[in-house]
Amino acid sequence: MYSSVTSTSSFETRKKLLIEEMAKFLPSDSIIADEETLRVYECDGLSAYCERPLLTVLPDSVENVQKILKLCHRWGVPVVARGAGTGLSAGATPSPEGILLSLARLNRILRIDPEARTATVQPGVRNLAISQAVEPMGLFYAPDPSSQIACTIGGNLAENAGGAHCLKYGLTVHNVLAFEMLTAEGERVRVGGQGLDNCGFDLLPLIIGSEGLLGVITEITVKLLPSPDAAQVIMAAFDSVEKAGDAVAGVIAKGIIPAALEMMDRYAIQAAEDFVRAGYPTNVEALLLCEIDGVREEVAEYVEQVEDLFRELGAVAVRTSQSDAERALLWKGRKSAFPAVGRISPDYYCMDGVIPRSQLSYVLTRMREMSEEYGLRVANVFHAGDGNLHPLIMFDANVPGEFEKTEEFGGRILELCVAVGGCITGEHGVGLEKIRQMRSQFSDSELEQFHAVKEAFDPGGVLNPGKGVPILRRCQEYRSIGN
Amino acid sequence: MTDIADRLVDQVMTAKTASRPLMIRGGGSKTFLGRAAAGETLDMSGHSGVVDYSPSELVITARAGTRIADVRRILDEQSQMLPFEPPEFEGRATLGGALAANTSGPARPWRGSVRDALLGTRIINGKGEHLRFGGVVMKNVAGYDLSRAQCGAMGSLGVITELSIRVIPKPELETTLVQECNEATAINKMIELCRQPRPLSAVCWTGGRLYLRLSGAEQAVASTIGYWGGELLERAADFWRLIQEQTHEFFDGDMPLWRLSVKPSAPPLGNDAPVLLDWGGALRWVRAESSLTAMERYAVSAQGQASLYRHGDRNGEVYHRLSPPLRALHQRLKAALDPDGIFNPGRLYSWL
Repeated sequence: MYSSVTSTSSFETRKKLLIEEMAKFLPSDSIIADEETLRVYECDGLSAYCERPLLTVLPDSVENVQKILKLCHRWGVPVVARGAGTGLSAGATPSPEGILLSLARLNRILRIDPEARTATVQPGVRNLAISQAVEPMGLFYAPDPSSQIACTIGGNLAENAGGAHCLKYGLTVHNVLAFEMLTAEGERVRVGGQGLDNCGFDLLPLIIGSEGLLGVITEITVKLLPSPDAAQVIMAAFDSVEKAGDAVAGVIAKGIIPAALEMMDRYAIQAAEDFVRAGYPTNVEALLLCEIDGVREEVAEYVEQVEDLFRELGAVAVRTSQSDAERALLWKGRKSAFPAVGRISPDYYCMDGVIPRSQLSYVLTRMREMSEEYGLRVANVFHAGDGNLHPLIMFDANVPGEFEKTEEFGGRILELCVAVGGCITGEHGVGLEKIRQMRSQFSDSELEQFHAVKEAFDPGGVLNPGKGVPILRRCQEYRSIGN
Repeated sequence: MTDIADRLVDQVMTAKTASRPLMIRGGGSKTFLGRAAAGETLDMSGHSGVVDYSPSELVITARAGTRIADVRRILDEQSQMLPFEPPEFEGRATLGGALAANTSGPARPWRGSVRDALLGTRIINGKGEHLRFGGVVMKNVAGYDLSRAQCGAMGSLGVITELSIRVIPKPELETTLVQECNEATAINKMIELCRQPRPLSAVCWTGGRLYLRLSGAEQAVASTIGYWGGELLERAADFWRLIQEQTHEFFDGDMPLWRLSVKPSAPPLGNDAPVLLDWGGALRWVRAESSLTAMERYAVSAQGQASLYRHGDRNGEVYHRLSPPLRALHQRLKAALDPDGIFNPGRLYSWL
């Protein structure tokens, strides 16, 4: 697969040749070849997986990205594209014999069309920057992963990253109208358009969430929504996670779709409160944060209904934000839960499984049992509205064998998610991290079908090789181990 | 209400062995759509029935041959609905057909399309393998999304056998405002009103009248009526049904019906042909004896795409033509799922 360069010459020769070729069109500060600086690019947000790339390149134009891809295609050099590197599944881990293609310099907002309610941006634009740019027009971009202050929109597309507001506003895939992509061969393709539907195969959902395995996205047109004129968040505390789980189902059953519905368990509440002082009660087992947004009158009506419902279903405390500052503070606790847990444990490992809402209590109970079995604490922070769990397994990387134990525990949580009808990743992606668990969700034929799709888009296998879908031989080995 | 998946797999295997094309057919309500194509019928109508419905999960799973009308009745009992409001076409349209043909009703810009509501599918690929993609949960990024990729593929990427779809609660109140205006004014009003955070769920213009459907909490709807004004439409549900089912008088007759999916703020096309605007301006139906090339030109000027939806020449191309690199990707993707080219060949494009 990796053509003549590897077979006839060493890595160093390949590196030298690539630098020579790329220096013909890239300025010297766009090529990083020294070991020290390359170290910065060794991993994404999941630092347990590290690889030094052969080279990192930072092109500042689509034309240069295209030239890089054409060159890599010709020479069979692997290419791993990345944005801000906030991914949590080792999806942007470099290939040691390939190029790490940083799209960070493609960071311009190209056009905002308030009349058509769209923004066209380059992939290196930060998620939050889009909403900030269109705020004066009374518009916003809905998908808001917790890392939105840093993560790039290109990475959001690659992972179909969602965030807290998916229940009402959908995932990335629901909020993208079009993009321009470079194929593995370096050919420019426009997918989608300014209208809502397009003729031919719907390649948007196929490529969004494909973890950079099918193409490199160079321009994106997103949908913008009118900013709701009111939003309030209701915080409700419960003395058991079961009651909180029932309250989640209760809201949905009432016909109310909150903008966000988030849940935290005891560890997460404690850690977040110590960190942010959001005013969370700390002597409870579970906390719900339920945001209602929309027309002012509608928000008032629904807030009252939800408050009553939470009390009826056994909430020990209910508090509703009375100002935007209070709302922001209540959310700040939730958004800081991950770093907050980082303060009470030397290390933590964030999982990303999805379950049907009705399985919440069962899954939490099973996780508690497993936590005892492994002797590792777990804090839970999750998007209860859409069943997306983010268990944070606390461990100490300095204790020999503890990371391995953590990984095994995490894998079992994901398998549990599949067993109850869910899936192994909701928004972080498979990357390298969950490749082992793919077999618990898909049969060999299904995995083979994925490989055929990959082959259709990237016959040379240069784009982000080894991620996302296990190669079948390896997959079969895993199966036999499992048996 | 039966599961005939095994029979369907057998028929696919036989067709594959003999390299014989199959024409996939559910309720036969959309035979007018796409290009005229031939092949042995693969009848999906017997593969029907709801497999699972959990109202509190907001998800329904049904076999592809299940009629939309039947699904609606079941959802009605729980005051829930299909967000994408697909046409029923005299009760014959099926869930699988809605996905394959990508049919969404007037709420499309606000509540999404059939693809947006889709969570998972089972499909039979060209090797006769019965595969499952996606699932029943809202978030799922494991593997490539081959479920949503079925949307609008007109059955050429596999036989859809089962769908899991997200449903939504029915709105508390629904009412429609009507304002008199010409097409250009209507487009400007659509731009202005769609930018406001109001409970819109459909915006359509036809026959010199702009129709604004409001859905949501009672107070929100009431306050919007106060802000916007206009006459309240009586029997509004009937009007929207005519638009959804394409039975409004605009759709009568044999004159070719063109469907233009464009940028919603694009100015009127200005070719004097009768026009109906839906989706807040993003969908424009045009009645005209015209060529695909001419309609493509119009659509491109409005930053969108054209297709010949009903009537006219069904032997030529009927869908907006693709750029060469996109065309190449289509052929390769088709080969990845249907290597022998047995599913609905020629229905979407002559070369596919």
